[in-house]
Amino acid sequence: MTELPSVGATTARRWNAARESIEQYRLKRRERSKRRKLIYRHKLPVRAMHWINAVVLAVMLMSGLQIFNAHPALYWGNSSEFDHPILSLTGTQDSQGRLKGITQIGDWRFNSTGLLGASNVNGEPAVRGFPAWATLPGPQWLAMGRLWHFFFAWLLVANGVAFAIYAFAGNHFRRDLLPTRDDLGHLGQEIVDHARLRFPKGEAATHYNALQKLAYFTVIFILGPLVVLTGLTMSPTIDSAFPPLLWLFGGRQSARTIHFICAFSFLAFFIVHIVMVVLSGTWNNIRSMITGRYAIGPAENSHG
Amino acid sequence: MVDLKRRHFFGAAASASALALGGCRDISQTAWWPEVLASAEGLTKGAERLVSGSWALAPEFSKADIAPEFRANGTLNPNTPDYNAMVANGFRDWRLQVGGLVAHPLKLSLAQLRAMPSRTQITRHDCVEGWSCIGEWTGTQLRLVLAQANPLPAARFVMFYCDDPMGGSDLSGSVPFYYESLDLVEAFHPQTLLAYQLNGQDLPVPHGAPVRVRAERQLGYKQPKYVHRIELVKSFDHINGGKGGYWEDQGYTWWGGI
Repeated sequence: MTELPSVGATTARRWNAARESIEQYRLKRRERSKRRKLIYRHKLPVRAMHWINAVVLAVMLMSGLQIFNAHPALYWGNSSEFDHPILSLTGTQDSQGRLKGITQIGDWRFNSTGLLGASNVNGEPAVRGFPAWATLPGPQWLAMGRLWHFFFAWLLVANGVAFAIYAFAGNHFRRDLLPTRDDLGHLGQEIVDHARLRFPKGEAATHYNALQKLAYFTVIFILGPLVVLTGLTMSPTIDSAFPPLLWLFGGRQSARTIHFICAFSFLAFFIVHIVMVVLSGTWNNIRSMITGRYAIGPAENSHG
Repeated sequence: MVDLKRRHFFGAAASASALALGGCRDISQTAWWPEVLASAEGLTKGAERLVSGSWALAPEFSKADIAPEFRANGTLNPNTPDYNAMVANGFRDWRLQVGGLVAHPLKLSLAQLRAMPSRTQITRHDCVEGWSCIGEWTGTQLRLVLAQANPLPAARFVMFYCDDPMGGSDLSGSVPFYYESLDLVEAFHPQTLLAYQLNGQDLPVPHGAPVRVRAERQLGYKQPKYVHRIELVKSFDHINGGKGGYWEDQGYTWWGGI
């Protein structure tokens, strides 16, 4: 009996302290939420398709590089002029017997040992176009790269078609993605603002700006179909069914080159996309693409 | 502070992607995941057949498009005693055997094959590696040979057995040579040839002398060189790795249309 009150007093003290800190936390949150407003920016289908696309595009790019490594050269036209590649990644031995990676773009050749043409695989120098860390699977394995590529290609197309239906049937395309005349009028100013890393705040942050619209529109509705069509043009069966594809892209090898350029355009978009996500508020952006809620407010530094 | 957190973020992202990559490599080596991936083959084949059927013709090109040097790939010379002896006497003793599920098994000499109606086509050869070459092929339509042999109703696939030991390294099982298969749609396609000429010359040894298959809507590995025996079968499950061809047994898809 005598010990209980002392235990009770300690418990009560802890309880009060805990209550106080919870109260303080609530106050702080209330204070913060007065300054900052969470808006619902991305609907569930868009968020789901975004993340599916992120995984699928990563697999497509890396398995694509694996396939490219089977013949790491690009040509223009219907057939491969082996002596005149547009781009080639080759590995040769130098005078001391060490492997040297050579990248050739047109007539311009440079040493790219370690990255392109020759790089280490499991610590051993090897002749290969792109390095093992960039390809799926890592070691040279064309058959497996093709399995990955042509499985995920179906997911890419399914996800893309689902997005197109969603965007056009709903209002997403016209409301959020199609640049308006007004948007295009702001374009010059926006480029200047972006270059100075000044991003829209408050009301202006509730919708995409002209640069975002242009980027998303181009990637989704131009680059997306282009990468699929040039991919299909490399299929001899598809060429028999739709010969105009060859005319459209200037031949199978041209289609392969355009396919490659598309892949690296996706990569360039991805890099800019990530930089913009980080510069305009990493956690706020990531949260908005997971829960849909995006915080807008005056001058709240949301770098996290 | 911000920088530190960013560094943490990129550090975490880098480790996550390294883990994911390691995972992708390991997962490629499991038994089940490649089967999941390979399940798309049926879909791809179905979709491509839907649009090309038995009718769509591979594009044909003009003489001006012919590659100055047609690249030879894979085995450039089988170099077995039997093969070398056939080369030495100009393939006079060479016979193309057609058997299996047929009413009339055949043994055709090169002269007999050449005496049949021929087809000449300038087409693009697409290697699974990614390159293409255009060449002019002359040969006998496979459908004519098959019609003579008269396949039985149970026949579903045409197997091609070759005088190509592929260096002898990876071959085991009942067929110690390169082999391939096409289904009847592809085998009866008008552009599917038993080709004995390239660019107006007798088929050179590196290109599969005396006869190679041309199946113009398929990739190169589906068009075997050095063919010497054709067998019609109901299924190829029992032949070597059971996947229908040398490269198929090594993990390439049976459908070689893409």
